[in-house]
Amino acid sequence: MEVCDLLPPDSEEVHVLAVDDSLVDRKVIERLLRISACKVTAVDSGIRALQFLGLDNQKSPSESDGFDGLKVDLIITDYCMPGMTGYELLKKIKESSTFKEIPVVIMSSENVLPRIDRCLEEGAEDFIVKPVKLSDVKRLRDYMTTREVKAGSQEREGGVRFTKRKLTEPADLDSSPPSVTSSSVLSSSPSSPLDSASPTPSPSVSPPPSPSPLDSPVTRLRMTTTTSAD
Amino acid sequence: MDAVAHLRNQLVDYTASLFQEGFLDDQFTQLQQLQDESNPDFVVEVVTLFFEDAERLLNELAKELGQASIDFKRVDAHVHQLKGSSSSIGAQRVQKVCIAFRGYCEEQNVEGCLKSLQQVKEEYWLVKNKLETLFKMKQQLLAAGGSVPM
Repeated sequence: MEVCDLLPPDSEEVHVLAVDDSLVDRKVIERLLRISACKVTAVDSGIRALQFLGLDNQKSPSESDGFDGLKVDLIITDYCMPGMTGYELLKKIKESSTFKEIPVVIMSSENVLPRIDRCLEEGAEDFIVKPVKLSDVKRLRDYMTTREVKAGSQEREGGVRFTKRKLTEPADLDSSPPSVTSSSVLSSSPSSPLDSASPTPSPSVSPPPSPSPLDSPVTRLRMTTTTSAD
Repeated sequence: MDAVAHLRNQLVDYTASLFQEGFLDDQFTQLQQLQDESNPDFVVEVVTLFFEDAERLLNELAKELGQASIDFKRVDAHVHQLKGSSSSIGAQRVQKVCIAFRGYCEEQNVEGCLKSLQQVKEEYWLVKNKLETLFKMKQQLLAAGGSVPM
Protein backbone atom coordinates (compact mmCIF):
# COMPACT_ATOMS: atom_id res chain seq x y z
CA MET A 1 0.00 0.00 0.00
CA GLU A 2 2.83 2.38 0.76
CA VAL A 3 4.29 1.71 -2.63
CA CYS A 4 1.12 3.01 -4.16
CA ASP A 5 1.32 6.19 -2.14
CA LEU A 6 4.85 6.74 -3.25
CA LEU A 7 4.04 6.30 -6.91
CA PRO A 8 3.76 9.56 -8.83
CA PRO A 9 0.20 10.28 -9.94
CA ASP A 10 1.16 9.46 -13.52
CA SER A 11 1.68 5.78 -12.96
CA GLU A 12 -1.77 5.43 -11.48
CA GLU A 13 -3.24 6.58 -14.74
CA VAL A 14 -4.75 3.93 -16.89
CA HIS A 15 -2.84 3.37 -20.09
CA VAL A 16 -4.84 2.59 -23.17
CA LEU A 17 -3.51 1.37 -26.47
CA ALA A 18 -5.80 2.63 -29.21
CA VAL A 19 -5.64 1.09 -32.67
CA ASP A 20 -7.34 2.68 -35.68
CA ASP A 21 -6.27 3.25 -39.26
CA SER A 22 -8.34 6.43 -39.50
CA LEU A 23 -6.50 9.57 -38.48
CA VAL A 24 -9.74 11.36 -37.65
CA ASP A 25 -10.88 8.53 -35.41
CA ARG A 26 -7.51 8.29 -33.71
CA LYS A 27 -7.67 11.94 -32.84
CA VAL A 28 -11.16 11.60 -31.45
CA ILE A 29 -10.52 8.45 -29.44
CA GLU A 30 -7.32 9.93 -28.08
CA ARG A 31 -9.18 12.96 -26.83
CA LEU A 32 -12.04 10.91 -25.43
CA LEU A 33 -9.59 8.81 -23.47
CA ARG A 34 -7.43 11.69 -22.27
CA ILE A 35 -10.44 13.62 -21.09
CA SER A 36 -11.33 10.47 -19.15
CA ALA A 37 -7.96 10.61 -17.36
CA CYS A 38 -6.24 7.92 -19.38
CA LYS A 39 -2.80 7.82 -20.88
CA VAL A 40 -3.09 7.00 -24.54
CA THR A 41 -0.85 5.44 -27.13
CA ALA A 42 -2.51 5.55 -30.53
CA VAL A 43 -1.26 3.43 -33.41
CA ASP A 44 -2.54 3.06 -36.92
CA SER A 45 -2.48 -0.69 -37.41
CA GLY A 46 -2.64 -4.05 -35.74
CA ILE A 47 0.96 -4.71 -36.70
CA ARG A 48 2.07 -1.57 -34.92
CA ALA A 49 0.01 -2.54 -31.91
CA LEU A 50 1.80 -5.88 -31.74
CA GLN A 51 5.12 -4.13 -32.18
CA PHE A 52 4.31 -1.82 -29.32
CA LEU A 53 3.42 -4.75 -27.12
CA GLY A 54 6.52 -6.58 -28.21
CA LEU A 55 4.49 -9.44 -29.55
CA ASP A 56 5.67 -9.32 -33.12
CA ASN A 57 9.11 -10.71 -32.46
CA GLN A 58 7.90 -13.11 -29.85
CA LYS A 59 9.98 -11.39 -27.20
CA SER A 60 10.58 -13.25 -23.99
CA PRO A 61 7.79 -13.03 -21.44
CA SER A 62 9.83 -10.95 -19.04
CA GLU A 63 9.96 -8.12 -21.52
CA SER A 64 6.38 -8.29 -22.56
CA ASP A 65 4.73 -7.00 -19.44
CA GLY A 66 4.98 -3.56 -20.92
CA PHE A 67 8.35 -1.88 -20.92
CA ASP A 68 9.28 0.34 -18.00
CA GLY A 69 5.91 1.48 -16.86
CA LEU A 70 4.36 1.52 -20.30
CA LYS A 71 2.00 -1.19 -19.17
CA VAL A 72 -1.14 -1.42 -21.18
CA ASP A 73 -4.34 -1.66 -19.21
CA LEU A 74 -6.78 -1.72 -22.07
CA ILE A 75 -6.65 -2.13 -25.80
CA ILE A 76 -9.30 -0.50 -27.93
CA THR A 77 -9.23 -1.33 -31.59
CA ASP A 78 -11.15 -0.67 -34.76
CA TYR A 79 -12.50 -3.76 -36.45
CA CYS A 80 -12.13 -2.86 -40.13
CA MET A 81 -8.51 -2.14 -40.83
CA PRO A 82 -6.39 -2.94 -43.85
CA GLY A 83 -3.84 -5.66 -43.22
CA MET A 84 -4.66 -7.03 -39.82
CA THR A 85 -8.26 -6.60 -38.73
CA GLY A 86 -9.22 -5.80 -35.16
CA TYR A 87 -10.51 -9.32 -34.85
CA GLU A 88 -7.16 -10.79 -35.89
CA LEU A 89 -5.42 -8.48 -33.44
CA LEU A 90 -7.80 -9.60 -30.71
CA LYS A 91 -6.98 -13.23 -31.44
CA LYS A 92 -3.25 -12.59 -31.32
CA ILE A 93 -3.58 -10.87 -27.98
CA LYS A 94 -5.73 -13.58 -26.48
CA GLU A 95 -3.30 -16.22 -27.73
CA SER A 96 -0.48 -14.52 -25.86
CA SER A 97 0.10 -15.90 -22.40
CA THR A 98 1.37 -12.54 -21.24
CA PHE A 99 -1.21 -10.26 -22.78
CA LYS A 100 -4.38 -12.30 -22.84
CA GLU A 101 -5.58 -10.73 -19.63
CA ILE A 102 -5.62 -7.25 -21.05
CA PRO A 103 -9.21 -6.31 -21.82
CA VAL A 104 -9.74 -5.70 -25.52
CA VAL A 105 -12.57 -3.57 -26.81
CA ILE A 106 -13.61 -3.59 -30.44
CA MET A 107 -15.03 -0.57 -32.26
CA SER A 108 -16.90 -0.79 -35.51
CA SER A 109 -19.04 1.48 -37.62
CA GLU A 110 -21.15 -1.51 -38.51
CA ASN A 111 -23.62 -3.01 -36.15
CA VAL A 112 -23.28 -6.58 -37.39
CA LEU A 113 -24.39 -9.14 -34.87
CA PRO A 114 -22.35 -12.12 -36.10
CA ARG A 115 -19.34 -9.85 -35.96
CA ILE A 116 -20.12 -8.77 -32.43
CA ASP A 117 -20.73 -12.35 -31.34
CA ARG A 118 -17.53 -13.53 -32.92
CA CYS A 119 -15.52 -10.86 -31.13
CA LEU A 120 -17.08 -11.56 -27.78
CA GLU A 121 -16.52 -15.27 -28.22
CA GLU A 122 -12.91 -14.60 -28.96
CA GLY A 123 -12.65 -12.79 -25.65
CA ALA A 124 -13.36 -9.17 -26.43
CA GLU A 125 -14.49 -7.28 -23.40
CA ASP A 126 -16.90 -5.05 -25.21
CA PHE A 127 -18.01 -3.90 -28.61
CA ILE A 128 -18.66 -0.25 -29.35
CA VAL A 129 -20.54 0.93 -32.40
CA LYS A 130 -18.97 4.02 -33.89
CA PRO A 131 -19.00 6.94 -33.71
CA VAL A 132 -17.54 6.63 -30.24
CA LYS A 133 -19.03 8.94 -27.65
CA LEU A 134 -17.91 10.09 -24.25
CA SER A 135 -20.52 7.88 -22.62
CA ASP A 136 -18.95 4.85 -24.32
CA VAL A 137 -15.53 5.68 -22.92
CA LYS A 138 -16.93 6.39 -19.48
CA ARG A 139 -18.44 2.94 -19.50
CA LEU A 140 -15.05 1.45 -20.32
CA ARG A 141 -13.58 2.92 -17.16
CA ASP A 142 -15.28 0.18 -15.27
CA TYR A 143 -12.77 -2.37 -16.46
CA MET A 144 -9.78 -0.15 -16.86
CA THR A 145 -7.38 -0.12 -14.02
CA THR A 146 -3.66 -0.09 -13.60
CA ARG A 147 -2.09 -3.24 -12.33
CA GLU A 148 -0.36 -1.33 -9.54
CA VAL A 149 -3.65 0.10 -8.45
CA LYS A 150 -5.29 -3.27 -8.48
CA ALA A 151 -2.76 -4.44 -5.97
CA GLY A 152 -3.15 -1.38 -3.80
CA SER A 153 -5.67 1.36 -3.46
CA GLN A 154 -9.19 0.21 -2.99
CA GLU A 155 -10.94 3.54 -3.26
CA ARG A 156 -9.75 4.17 -6.77
CA GLU A 157 -12.88 4.91 -8.73
CA GLY A 158 -11.45 3.34 -11.83
CA GLY A 159 -11.04 0.01 -10.08
CA VAL A 160 -12.42 -3.03 -11.73
CA ARG A 161 -15.82 -3.79 -10.42
CA PHE A 162 -17.48 -5.29 -13.39
CA THR A 163 -20.74 -5.69 -11.55
CA LYS A 164 -20.86 -1.91 -11.57
CA ARG A 165 -20.58 -2.01 -15.30
CA LYS A 166 -23.96 -3.65 -15.48
CA LEU A 167 -25.38 -0.90 -13.31
CA THR A 168 -24.39 1.50 -16.01
CA GLU A 169 -24.90 5.23 -16.02
CA PRO A 170 -28.15 6.60 -17.36
CA ALA A 171 -26.19 8.06 -20.25
CA ASP A 172 -25.53 4.59 -21.47
CA LEU A 173 -29.21 3.81 -21.67
CA ASP A 174 -29.78 7.05 -23.53
CA SER A 175 -27.45 6.17 -26.31
CA SER A 176 -29.01 6.16 -29.74
CA PRO A 177 -31.04 3.07 -30.55
CA PRO A 178 -28.97 1.55 -33.32
CA SER A 179 -25.87 1.11 -31.24
CA VAL A 180 -25.49 -2.13 -29.45
CA THR A 181 -24.37 -1.02 -26.05
CA SER A 182 -22.30 -3.37 -24.03
CA SER A 183 -24.92 -3.61 -21.36
CA SER A 184 -27.44 -4.90 -23.81
CA VAL A 185 -24.98 -7.37 -25.25
CA LEU A 186 -23.55 -8.55 -21.98
CA SER A 187 -26.90 -8.48 -20.31
CA SER A 188 -27.75 -11.62 -22.17
CA SER A 189 -25.48 -13.31 -19.68
CA PRO A 190 -27.61 -14.81 -16.98
CA SER A 191 -26.15 -12.92 -14.07
CA SER A 192 -27.18 -9.43 -15.10
CA PRO A 193 -30.08 -7.99 -13.15
CA LEU A 194 -30.57 -5.34 -15.78
CA ASP A 195 -31.79 -7.58 -18.54
CA SER A 196 -35.33 -6.40 -18.32
CA ALA A 197 -34.37 -2.88 -17.44
CA SER A 198 -32.56 -2.09 -20.64
CA PRO A 199 -34.82 0.11 -22.73
CA THR A 200 -32.60 -0.20 -25.75
CA PRO A 201 -34.05 -3.22 -27.46
CA SER A 202 -31.25 -5.61 -28.17
CA PRO A 203 -31.67 -6.32 -31.84
CA SER A 204 -32.15 -10.04 -31.54
CA VAL A 205 -29.04 -10.60 -29.51
CA SER A 206 -29.89 -14.17 -28.78
CA PRO A 207 -28.45 -15.64 -25.64
CA PRO A 208 -25.35 -17.60 -26.53
CA PRO A 209 -25.82 -21.32 -27.01
CA SER A 210 -23.82 -21.88 -23.87
CA PRO A 211 -23.11 -19.24 -21.26
CA SER A 212 -19.36 -19.73 -21.35
CA PRO A 213 -18.45 -17.65 -24.44
CA LEU A 214 -19.97 -14.51 -23.00
CA ASP A 215 -18.98 -15.34 -19.48
CA SER A 216 -15.36 -15.97 -20.32
CA PRO A 217 -14.24 -12.36 -20.71
CA VAL A 218 -16.01 -11.54 -17.48
CA THR A 219 -14.57 -14.59 -15.78
CA ARG A 220 -11.14 -13.81 -17.07
CA LEU A 221 -11.49 -10.33 -15.69
CA ARG A 222 -12.65 -11.68 -12.40
CA MET A 223 -9.48 -13.70 -12.17
CA THR A 224 -7.33 -10.66 -12.68
CA THR A 225 -8.89 -8.79 -9.84
CA THR A 226 -8.30 -11.30 -7.11
CA THR A 227 -6.19 -8.82 -5.23
CA SER A 228 -8.64 -5.95 -5.21
CA ALA A 229 -10.64 -6.02 -2.07
CA ASP A 230 -13.74 -3.96 -2.62
CA MET B 1 -27.80 45.43 -29.45
CA ASP B 2 -24.06 45.59 -29.07
CA ALA B 3 -21.64 43.97 -31.47
CA VAL B 4 -20.74 41.06 -29.23
CA ALA B 5 -24.36 40.13 -28.57
CA HIS B 6 -25.06 40.36 -32.26
CA LEU B 7 -22.17 38.10 -33.17
CA ARG B 8 -23.15 35.69 -30.49
CA ASN B 9 -26.72 35.48 -31.73
CA GLN B 10 -25.49 35.01 -35.25
CA LEU B 11 -23.31 32.13 -34.16
CA VAL B 12 -26.07 30.47 -32.17
CA ASP B 13 -28.55 30.81 -35.01
CA TYR B 14 -26.13 29.59 -37.61
CA THR B 15 -25.14 26.60 -35.55
CA ALA B 16 -28.78 25.72 -34.97
CA SER B 17 -29.51 25.91 -38.68
CA LEU B 18 -26.72 23.48 -39.48
CA PHE B 19 -28.30 20.94 -37.18
CA GLN B 20 -31.79 21.63 -38.41
CA GLU B 21 -30.77 21.21 -42.01
CA GLY B 22 -29.06 17.94 -41.22
CA PHE B 23 -25.55 19.05 -42.06
CA LEU B 24 -24.43 18.20 -38.56
CA ASP B 25 -25.65 15.68 -36.06
CA ASP B 26 -25.14 14.88 -32.41
CA GLN B 27 -21.60 13.63 -32.94
CA PHE B 28 -20.54 17.21 -33.68
CA THR B 29 -21.97 18.23 -30.34
CA GLN B 30 -19.94 15.43 -28.75
CA LEU B 31 -16.80 16.93 -30.24
CA GLN B 32 -17.68 20.38 -28.95
CA GLN B 33 -17.99 18.90 -25.49
CA LEU B 34 -14.46 17.58 -25.74
CA GLN B 35 -13.13 21.08 -26.20
CA ASP B 36 -12.00 23.07 -23.20
CA GLU B 37 -9.35 25.53 -22.08
CA SER B 38 -6.68 22.86 -22.29
CA ASN B 39 -7.78 21.95 -25.81
CA PRO B 40 -9.39 25.10 -27.17
CA ASP B 41 -8.98 24.18 -30.83
CA PHE B 42 -9.97 20.58 -30.67
CA VAL B 43 -12.98 20.84 -32.97
CA VAL B 44 -11.13 22.83 -35.59
CA GLU B 45 -8.26 20.35 -35.46
CA VAL B 46 -10.43 17.30 -35.93
CA VAL B 47 -12.51 18.92 -38.63
CA THR B 48 -9.35 19.97 -40.45
CA LEU B 49 -8.15 16.38 -40.38
CA PHE B 50 -11.50 15.38 -41.78
CA PHE B 51 -11.19 17.90 -44.62
CA GLU B 52 -7.76 16.56 -45.54
CA ASP B 53 -8.88 12.98 -45.31
CA ALA B 54 -12.06 13.59 -47.30
CA GLU B 55 -10.32 15.44 -50.10
CA ARG B 56 -7.75 12.71 -50.42
CA LEU B 57 -10.51 10.12 -50.59
CA LEU B 58 -12.55 12.09 -53.11
CA ASN B 59 -9.51 12.28 -55.34
CA GLU B 60 -8.95 8.56 -55.03
CA LEU B 61 -12.59 7.91 -55.81
CA ALA B 62 -12.49 10.06 -58.92
CA LYS B 63 -9.41 8.20 -60.03
CA GLU B 64 -10.85 4.75 -59.38
CA LEU B 65 -14.13 5.54 -61.08
CA GLY B 66 -12.28 6.93 -64.05
CA GLN B 67 -10.63 3.60 -64.75
CA ALA B 68 -11.68 1.58 -67.77
CA SER B 69 -12.24 -1.38 -65.51
CA ILE B 70 -13.52 -0.25 -62.12
CA ASP B 71 -12.36 -2.06 -59.03
CA PHE B 72 -15.50 -1.80 -56.93
CA LYS B 73 -13.80 -3.25 -53.90
CA ARG B 74 -11.33 -0.43 -53.87
CA VAL B 75 -14.07 2.12 -54.47
CA ASP B 76 -16.03 0.65 -51.58
CA ALA B 77 -13.01 0.72 -49.31
CA HIS B 78 -12.55 4.44 -49.93
CA VAL B 79 -16.25 5.16 -49.42
CA HIS B 80 -16.18 3.14 -46.23
CA GLN B 81 -13.37 5.33 -44.93
CA LEU B 82 -15.17 8.50 -45.92
CA LYS B 83 -18.33 7.27 -44.28
CA GLY B 84 -16.39 6.56 -41.12
CA SER B 85 -14.66 9.88 -40.82
CA SER B 86 -17.73 11.90 -41.72
CA SER B 87 -19.66 9.99 -39.08
CA SER B 88 -16.95 10.68 -36.52
CA ILE B 89 -17.28 14.42 -36.90
CA GLY B 90 -21.04 14.45 -37.31
CA ALA B 91 -21.16 15.35 -41.00
CA GLN B 92 -24.47 13.62 -41.39
CA ARG B 93 -25.35 14.42 -44.97
CA VAL B 94 -21.99 13.28 -46.23
CA GLN B 95 -22.36 10.09 -44.24
CA LYS B 96 -25.80 9.44 -45.70
CA VAL B 97 -24.60 9.74 -49.27
CA CYS B 98 -21.76 7.37 -48.45
CA ILE B 99 -24.22 4.78 -47.29
CA ALA B 100 -26.07 4.94 -50.59
CA PHE B 101 -22.75 4.97 -52.42
CA ARG B 102 -21.73 1.71 -50.79
CA GLY B 103 -24.96 0.17 -51.96
CA TYR B 104 -24.07 1.01 -55.55
CA CYS B 105 -20.60 -0.45 -55.06
CA GLU B 106 -22.12 -3.66 -53.89
CA GLU B 107 -24.34 -3.78 -56.96
CA GLN B 108 -21.35 -2.86 -59.11
CA ASN B 109 -23.57 -0.13 -60.50
CA VAL B 110 -21.31 2.28 -62.38
CA GLU B 111 -23.93 4.94 -62.95
CA GLY B 112 -25.03 4.81 -59.38
CA CYS B 113 -21.45 5.17 -58.23
CA LEU B 114 -20.78 8.13 -60.51
CA LYS B 115 -23.95 9.81 -59.34
CA SER B 116 -23.00 9.16 -55.72
CA LEU B 117 -19.56 10.55 -56.23
CA GLN B 118 -21.10 13.73 -57.57
CA GLN B 119 -23.46 13.93 -54.64
CA VAL B 120 -20.85 13.24 -52.02
CA LYS B 121 -18.61 15.90 -53.51
CA GLU B 122 -21.45 18.40 -53.34
CA GLU B 123 -22.33 17.52 -49.78
CA TYR B 124 -18.72 17.63 -48.77
CA TRP B 125 -18.13 21.11 -50.19
CA LEU B 126 -21.36 22.32 -48.64
CA VAL B 127 -20.46 21.12 -45.16
CA LYS B 128 -16.91 22.35 -45.55
CA ASN B 129 -18.12 25.82 -46.41
CA LYS B 130 -20.56 25.84 -43.57
CA LEU B 131 -18.04 24.65 -41.02
CA GLU B 132 -15.50 27.21 -42.18
CA THR B 133 -18.15 29.89 -41.85
CA LEU B 134 -18.95 28.62 -38.38
CA PHE B 135 -15.34 28.75 -37.30
CA LYS B 136 -14.94 32.22 -38.72
CA MET B 137 -17.97 33.44 -36.81
CA LYS B 138 -16.56 31.97 -33.64
CA GLN B 139 -13.25 33.71 -34.24
CA GLN B 140 -14.97 37.03 -34.85
CA LEU B 141 -16.92 36.62 -31.64
CA LEU B 142 -13.81 35.82 -29.66
CA ALA B 143 -11.91 38.70 -31.26
CA ALA B 144 -14.70 41.05 -30.28
CA GLY B 145 -14.29 39.90 -26.69
CA GLY B 146 -17.27 37.61 -26.57
CA SER B 147 -17.50 34.09 -25.24
CA VAL B 148 -18.56 31.13 -27.29
CA PRO B 149 -21.84 29.55 -26.27
CA MET B 150 -21.63 25.83 -25.51
